[in-house]
Amino acid sequence: MKAFTYERAKSPAAAAAAVAGQPGAKFLAGGTNLLDLMKLQIETPTHLVDVQDLKLDRIEPTADGGLRVGAFVSNTALAADARVRRDYAVLTRAIVAGASGQLRNKATTAGNLLQRTRCPYFYDTNQPCNKRRPGSGCAALGGYSRQLAVIGTSDACIATYPGDMAVALRVLDAGVETIDAHGAARTILLAEFHHSPGDTPHLETALAPGELITAVTLPPPVGGHHVYRKVRDRASYAFALVSVAAIIQPDGSGRVAFGGVAPKPWRSDAADAALPEGATAVTARAFADARPTADNKFKIALATRTLAATIAQARPA
Amino acid sequence: MTVAAIPTKSVRAAPSPPPGAMPLALTINGEHHRVEVDPRTTLLDLLRDHLRLTGTKKGCDHGQCGACTVIAGGKRINACLSLALQHDGDKVTTIEGLGTPDRLHPLQAAFVKHDGFQCGYCTPGQICSAVAVLGEIKAGIPSHVSADLTAPMRATNAEVRERMSGNICRCGAYSNIAEAIAEVAAA
Ligand SMILES: Cc1cc2nc3c(=O)[nH]c(=O)nc-3n(C[C@H](O)[C@H](O)[C@H](O)COP(=O)(O)OP(=O)(O)OC[C@H]3O[C@@H](n4cnc5c(N)ncnc54)[C@H](O)[C@@H]3O)c2cc1C
Ligand code: SF4
Ligand code: FES
Ligand code: FES
Repeated sequence: MKAFTYERAKSPAAAAAAVAGQPGAKFLAGGTNLLDLMKLQIETPTHLVDVQDLKLDRIEPTADGGLRVGAFVSNTALAADARVRRDYAVLTRAIVAGASGQLRNKATTAGNLLQRTRCPYFYDTNQPCNKRRPGSGCAALGGYSRQLAVIGTSDACIATYPGDMAVALRVLDAGVETIDAHGAARTILLAEFHHSPGDTPHLETALAPGELITAVTLPPPVGGHHVYRKVRDRASYAFALVSVAAIIQPDGSGRVAFGGVAPKPWRSDAADAALPEGATAVTARAFADARPTADNKFKIALATRTLAATIAQARPA
Repeated sequence: MTVAAIPTKSVRAAPSPPPGAMPLALTINGEHHRVEVDPRTTLLDLLRDHLRLTGTKKGCDHGQCGACTVIAGGKRINACLSLALQHDGDKVTTIEGLGTPDRLHPLQAAFVKHDGFQCGYCTPGQICSAVAVLGEIKAGIPSHVSADLTAPMRATNAEVRERMSGNICRCGAYSNIAEAIAEVAAA
């Protein structure tokens, strides 16, 4: 690790000001992604602002009947919350499908959303990578791309967003509440939170430098059958090759988002509308613009089959 | 002839803190410690290299194996992916705090009885994790294999295996580990 200084911020605005005011500063939440990347010198912050004392660790009802989840709520606490298990089961299912018990105890809601890609060339500092070193090229394009994205990519980067929780948040139409260094708050829809890579794959989210996530908001429950299905190389403790988050209503209509296939949780209105017609109709729309590689084109067929299994699971017995 | 007393605990002169070191205080296995560390020091390195609590192991140093599992603030975590400074004021339990050779923790005794190891390198992490897993099941925390998210959780074989998946055993002692945990869960 490169040397850095450390502080514990006392308020959200002070934390945002501390990061905004110092180039090279970053927030530290659980540390399970950031410290991993710092050990590899992929991330080299010069100052860490620990957010554990900001009292962002509560889950509370919102005025409209939804929930507000503090940015520092652990993945375990969010998955285990009785209201989440009852009304937003797809979120519990997605969280417990990810990482390990130890990691989920430490990982936080904001940190999970902001976890970085698992592209093997992003991790290998000897390789060119536009995300890690802008302008250096992309080793994955001519390389081993089995795990990488099939849609939403660019000529500069074909990495996936690797997380599970955000795929569930996408079908739930969640919002991301933030505060900046001047104390100004705003809400970013999850749909607009993760960026497409374009020519700037190192710019991954809608957050401005120093902007602190304070909470994730869930709209009022929409009912329906909640399913998260994850396909991976081993049965536990592995990232998704393909995952499906779905909320399916008794009449067969609903919402669906895919993980492991794109630089962000992948969902479209056209694909949602096709749900009553079955899995093939949905993925024909969701992946109409796919640009897979020879290594990863299997993901499109796998997405169709995983969704078919999801729909079968949601069908009333 | 005089025999030099062999200290039961090695007392080393504290190395002078590196530039930029920061103070922290924490309680480990009931014992209070005040130390100064380079901010880069992980909880794992603090335990092993500074406090000589070498029961906790370093396998991968990247959250991928579970050898470094300790219980901090009542929750099992990977000590390799946590800065020591994140634990200022915390209570930490390591394998050394669970039991002693003549007063084994029930899970330690069960691992011995069921041969829940071969080389033993993963074992401290396995046992710390297992202690916490039984607590998580009691607390009703769901897992990936829980069929009903709203029902009470049970320590079935499938549940224990899924919940222990963050602890890799290179020797493949998994079935005996599962039996050891099952015995304590049923007690
Ligand atoms: C071995 C392993 C396996 C894993 N498997 C999975 C898996 O299967 N599925 C999955 O989804 N994830 C998986 N993960 C990733 C894990 O979910 C993330 O590491 C974790 O969620 C990150 O949360 P954190 O709080 O530790 O974040 P940190 O590491 O503390 O932070 C991550 C980033 O978020 C920023 N940040 C943190 N809080 C805020 C805030 N409030 N506002 C603004 N920025 C903030 C930090 O500056 C940093 O850039 C795995 C990780 C490991 C190590
Ligand atoms: S796909 Fe993206 S993250 Fe992977 S090497 Fe190319 S630029 Fe880097
Ligand atoms: S050493 Fe911490 S998980 Fe492997
Ligand atoms: S006993 Fe050898 S690694 Fe588990």
